[in-house]
Amino acid sequence: MISALGAGFLFGIGLWLSGMANPRKVLDFLDVTGNWDPSLLLVMGGAVIVTAIAFRPLLRKRPIDFKTSIDAPLVIGAALFGIGWGIGGYCPGPALTALSNLSADVLVFVAAMVAGGFLAKIAVPAGPGA
Amino acid sequence: MANFTPVSALAGGVLIGLASVWLLAANGRIAGVSGILHGLFAQPPGDRAWRAAFVAGLIAAGFVWHALVPVDSEPRAWPWLAAAGALVGFGTRIGGGCTSGHGVCGLGRFSLRSLVAVMVFMATGMAATFVMRHAL
Repeated sequence: MISALGAGFLFGIGLWLSGMANPRKVLDFLDVTGNWDPSLLLVMGGAVIVTAIAFRPLLRKRPIDFKTSIDAPLVIGAALFGIGWGIGGYCPGPALTALSNLSADVLVFVAAMVAGGFLAKIAVPAGPGA
Repeated sequence: MANFTPVSALAGGVLIGLASVWLLAANGRIAGVSGILHGLFAQPPGDRAWRAAFVAGLIAAGFVWHALVPVDSEPRAWPWLAAAGALVGFGTRIGGGCTSGHGVCGLGRFSLRSLVAVMVFMATGMAATFVMRHAL
């Protein structure tokens, strides 16, 4: 419990420091034909360097059964997620930490995001999996 | 590229990576925020406590950050935000992850499935941004 709270807090600080929690910054990255801002490549790069080093020994000690299939739900789901990301400038982590902005904009996005998850559960009952 | 901020981007990214490692080491969980969120509302209720704690930590980080740095945001039309949120919620649910689950964690364990997801959502994200900023 305390560790999950702490990890969430550190994750959130990382999102703000990196610029991921600022939709303008995100959209400047996705806007490759505009005034392109490559910063978010370094966010992903910095994060993946850390996980690439530490995940392997942790998962060897305590394995998790991950999905490996590259199927239609994966591709369609990722495609729809990307469209929403490009319209709103928020992916799930930044949207949740930006609830702290106390702005109705973020609340609308997050409420719709939760509703979209419910809808997917009804539409695709097979269920999710990382 | 006048808006390029390499130092804070890299440092923030490292913090995100460390937080993901922390959650895996301490809780045995993958820090995929969409999965954590969707699981929070799952029926029947399962392991909600750690999910709620992680989300509470995320939001608390924002409040602490705002105490030090002013909020930089841009107002957008609610119909667009609602459509965007619904697409993100729907897509991450059937696609099994988002920027953190498939990106930070999936790429970190060299998952081909996650690499495909990342390439697809980056591509459609860039396409949608192009349409919103330059075509509409």
